[in-house]
Amino acid sequence: MLFSDKHAGMGELADTLTDDAYTEGRSLWRDARRRFMQHRAAVASLVVLALLLIFAAFGQHLSPWDNESIDWASLPNLDEDGVPSLASQHYFGLDPIGRDLYQRTVQGSRISLMVGVLGALTAVIIGTLYGAISGYVGGRTDAIMMRTLEVLSAFPFMFLVIVLMAVFGRNVLLIFIAIGAVSWLNMARIVRGQTLSLKRKEYIEAAMAVGVHPILIVLRHIVPNVLGVVIVYATLLVPEMILFESFISFLGLGVSEPYTSWGALISEGADAMWTAPWTLIFPMLMLVLTLFCFNFLGDGLRDALDPKDR
Amino acid sequence: MTLINQQRKIVQRRGPSGSGIRHSVQGVVVLLVTLALAACSEEGEKKAGDEALAAADIRAPEARFQEHPESGERLARKQVLVRGNASEPASLDPQLVEDTVGGAIVVDLFEGLTRSGPDGDTEPALAKSWVSSDNNLTWTFHLREDGRWSDGTGVTAHDFVYGWRRAVDPKVGSNYAYYIESAGVANAGEIIAGEKPSETLGVRALDDFTLEVSLDQPITYLPDMTVHYTMFPAPRQAIEAHGADWTRPGNMVSNGAYLLHTWHLGEKLVAARNPFYREDDQTIIDRVVYVPIESASAELQRYASGELHMTSTVPVSQMARLKKERPAELVMAPSIATYMYTFNVNRPPFDDVRVRRALTYAIDRNIVVSYITRGEQMPAFSLTPPYVSGFDFRQPEYATWSQPERDEAARQELRKAGYTDDNPLEFELLYNTDESHKALAIVISQMWKEKLGASVTISNLEWKTFLSQKQAGNFGMARHGWKGDYNEASTFLTLLTSDSGNNDGGWSNPEYDQLLLEARSSKDPNPYYVRAEEILWQEFPVAPVYFNTTVALVSPMLKGYPENNARNIIYSKDMYITAD
Amino acid sequence: MFSFIIRRLLVAVPTVLALITVSFVLMHAAPGGPFTNERNVPEAVMENIEAKYNLDKPLWQQYFIYVGNVAQGDLGPSFRYKDFTVNELIESSFPRSAYIGAWSFLFVMVFGVGLGVLAALKQNRWPDSTVMTAAMTGVVFPNFVMAPLLVLLFAVTLRWLPAGGWEGGQVEYIVMPIIAMATSYIAQVARITRSSMIETLRSPFIRTARAKGIPRYKIVLRHALKPALIPVVSYLGPAFVGIITGSVIIDQVFSTGGIGQHFVNGAINRDYSLILGITILVGILTIMFNAVVDILYTWLDPRVRY
Repeated sequence: MLFSDKHAGMGELADTLTDDAYTEGRSLWRDARRRFMQHRAAVASLVVLALLLIFAAFGQHLSPWDNESIDWASLPNLDEDGVPSLASQHYFGLDPIGRDLYQRTVQGSRISLMVGVLGALTAVIIGTLYGAISGYVGGRTDAIMMRTLEVLSAFPFMFLVIVLMAVFGRNVLLIFIAIGAVSWLNMARIVRGQTLSLKRKEYIEAAMAVGVHPILIVLRHIVPNVLGVVIVYATLLVPEMILFESFISFLGLGVSEPYTSWGALISEGADAMWTAPWTLIFPMLMLVLTLFCFNFLGDGLRDALDPKDR
Repeated sequence: MTLINQQRKIVQRRGPSGSGIRHSVQGVVVLLVTLALAACSEEGEKKAGDEALAAADIRAPEARFQEHPESGERLARKQVLVRGNASEPASLDPQLVEDTVGGAIVVDLFEGLTRSGPDGDTEPALAKSWVSSDNNLTWTFHLREDGRWSDGTGVTAHDFVYGWRRAVDPKVGSNYAYYIESAGVANAGEIIAGEKPSETLGVRALDDFTLEVSLDQPITYLPDMTVHYTMFPAPRQAIEAHGADWTRPGNMVSNGAYLLHTWHLGEKLVAARNPFYREDDQTIIDRVVYVPIESASAELQRYASGELHMTSTVPVSQMARLKKERPAELVMAPSIATYMYTFNVNRPPFDDVRVRRALTYAIDRNIVVSYITRGEQMPAFSLTPPYVSGFDFRQPEYATWSQPERDEAARQELRKAGYTDDNPLEFELLYNTDESHKALAIVISQMWKEKLGASVTISNLEWKTFLSQKQAGNFGMARHGWKGDYNEASTFLTLLTSDSGNNDGGWSNPEYDQLLLEARSSKDPNPYYVRAEEILWQEFPVAPVYFNTTVALVSPMLKGYPENNARNIIYSKDMYITAD
Repeated sequence: MFSFIIRRLLVAVPTVLALITVSFVLMHAAPGGPFTNERNVPEAVMENIEAKYNLDKPLWQQYFIYVGNVAQGDLGPSFRYKDFTVNELIESSFPRSAYIGAWSFLFVMVFGVGLGVLAALKQNRWPDSTVMTAAMTGVVFPNFVMAPLLVLLFAVTLRWLPAGGWEGGQVEYIVMPIIAMATSYIAQVARITRSSMIETLRSPFIRTARAKGIPRYKIVLRHALKPALIPVVSYLGPAFVGIITGSVIIDQVFSTGGIGQHFVNGAINRDYSLILGITILVGILTIMFNAVVDILYTWLDPRVRY
């Protein structure tokens, strides 16, 4: 959705520049929306994602438990009393220390969805612009920008997290900074690769010949044409960032108990999967579901926004 | 082939590959082959045979014994013991070892004056006897004459002198240099501080087999302290010949039941029977393979697939299942270690003893040990574990109360301290990232929340950040674990003296300090220890949670595992593997 | 081409130096040092240890000593593994990770690209949805779930394969590490290939080729594959470095003795020299493979110029 808004903005910008008339009978945005609505899987995914958001925001009201209380009565025999059950109202069962997994999943969804979307967004915005500019401008700028990228991607990232943590203390915002700091690196390389190839296309050369401002060329011609790859890679980034968060939490920077995230739940579940498979299955299901939704949504968006189809 | 060269080679091969698809495919193949060869040429062991365990060291010789010489049990054809060892050791140099994983290997490779018996008591090893004179200021150890290094030369008192001097030598930079100092060996402190040469250390060889130790201050438990690897002898011939590389296979010379055979970092370390060892004819296990597995669940899976004889630990989350499915293999040995939470007594709200008392009372230790740790740990209400040898273990009065009684007392204490529902107690509990620390912190903080209405924030920190915050006193309450260096109560009680480097909570009590000072030279230190513990029961500088156990899985085929050794020192030479 | 490579090599030196500098500063800014221990040792002991490793010198001096040693190919002694130098640690562990990584990479290329092309050609039909469902499931199976699951299945339950070890890199020991390593990369590559292939197949020159009646497989192999591989190559360049430098999870679960474990343990232990050594290694590999990727671009799309 955010992608399309952004694109709509660009489309409008383009309209304003080419035509004096701001309003147009059939705007690109409306066109895209029509195409998007025809993509059934994408629309369904949008609905499921909306449901996920509702689950994350209001799911806690469906269960009498909360995300930190320990079910002391079930604690002695978790293997049997901790299984998911409607009767005990532990819909997803209990975690390895007797807390309600449903409530923890609800709470973890908030963090994880935020982390995933934010990581993907940073990658899309910074990565795309960085890569497009580097590839388009070329020469020395490209060299410097790419060498910088090399330094950043070889850099021992764990220390950045540890130092951030030591300097600023525990703060949820810092997870996003840390995630943002790494998520865009590969995206920038991918976009640059596409740009290098696009740059020599006839229509770009034509635009250059006419004397369109380089920034406009990047925004109007390069970026829309790499969006397909960008969207696909961004949907792959969502689960990657969600899992990456659990690693940051391991260093002490991520969310702290009693708060949790899907990544943290999955890694706890991986340890307990012999005895309590449900501790792995439920958070994994959420992650799979999210990935599928973003994936179809990405396909739909790409088809809707593909300039070649226009 | 050095790394840099290898990379250049790859660059050269990859370089021209842009010119056509055939070249590029060739480039990839060449790269793969280069990498494959680099990996293969390193070692080329062939696996054969049907015993999964023997696969860990297939070149191991056939066992010397078909039957156990004493019990007559049928023994396995190959005596290869495969031990899970939690990580790679920091070093195999006895004077530089600083972790339990290194200790586990070094006690097989080397032998000191004394050793830890099956029940954790100190027994003679290379020293056949010892006497103290001059009111415990001078100790004389009489050494066995049949001690041999693995190159065949004899182990003499000079090797001990050499080893001890290395331990305190500033140039060697041993982490455990302080251990020699805390044993009171004369001049140790000055040598460490660089004020005197290491030759002035209060240890000398009266003759080849008599070692005399002179102390700055009397100490009654010196023989117990010599069980520790820092006080092992060192092979001067190997160290002078190979310098820093002396701990490599081929270079290392050791005097224990085993010698270093191969060492593949991160994969395995193999020790082979030392034919020169004085009791070699009684050693049954021919090879010991130490596998460094950092993840406890990965170690458990290795064990479950039949590739380990014993694990170094068991993941807490699996305890309940293993108790049901493999009760006979689950060993829970008492350990001289205490798990506790340290209060920073210089920081509100913990400057108020009533708060410390309330929080200590409100921990339901039975729930913790029965349903969280599940390893037969013993609820702790005092600092020093009962398993410490010779210690007169007593418990404070509140240990005898029921938990509801303690909870009620805790609520009263907190009310007295001025905390009510409108003004709840607020604090932060620090722990380092780890599954079991996390589980404990959550459960205990939940008890405080529910029983006392306290508002507790729990924060996990990465290991070194945790340590530096804790050691800088930059915390309110922090997890603390303490494992004894030697089997005597002072190793625990000195933790909380004013001059202790590990008293992070900053608690200080002159009477307590005085008691421990006097206990050092006393013939019977127990009355001092009891009195010191009593002070802790009043002051609550720490909230003890439980006395630890060492939990491990031991294969039914492996016999001789020391199930009651509170020091958790396991000598491979005391074990053997049966045929079924 | 030749001058391009020379230029890249020259630029690599300041790039690596910048990398060392930034990492060095940040590392020392992290709380705790290599010898911060649970057991707080007396000051005099700590001073001796620090002096032994030059940590008592001012930071700038330590920096110059380090850079000087690196220039001579000496990465210094490890602070954690006191019996080894960093050169030895890397020499013993990197070939193992690279071996597993090279095989994984081969599988990623063959299966990732192959499945991606298949899905693109059968877009929205059953092979497409099967491949993509499998791919998406693969993406969410992080190796910390995948690796123990493989062990549980093949080592503990079926007893077909050993649960861990290396033993000279014999097949049965590296099968599971390779699968655990490759799965999520295969999934990602398949996904990227599919989408980029679909896009390429829509472009005018393919339509023209199709109109001319050229057989489909020829269109795909001769015309569509190369341009479609550009994003895949962009992705695999940096990913390759990640693949051959291994993963901490794989080293921990399978005791392979690879270099991946050193990334995390080095940072946790504040083993400054080990971390810097690995950073330099990763830096050089990154620079190398980015150069390779750039060369591949000119081959995949001859219009690309630098």
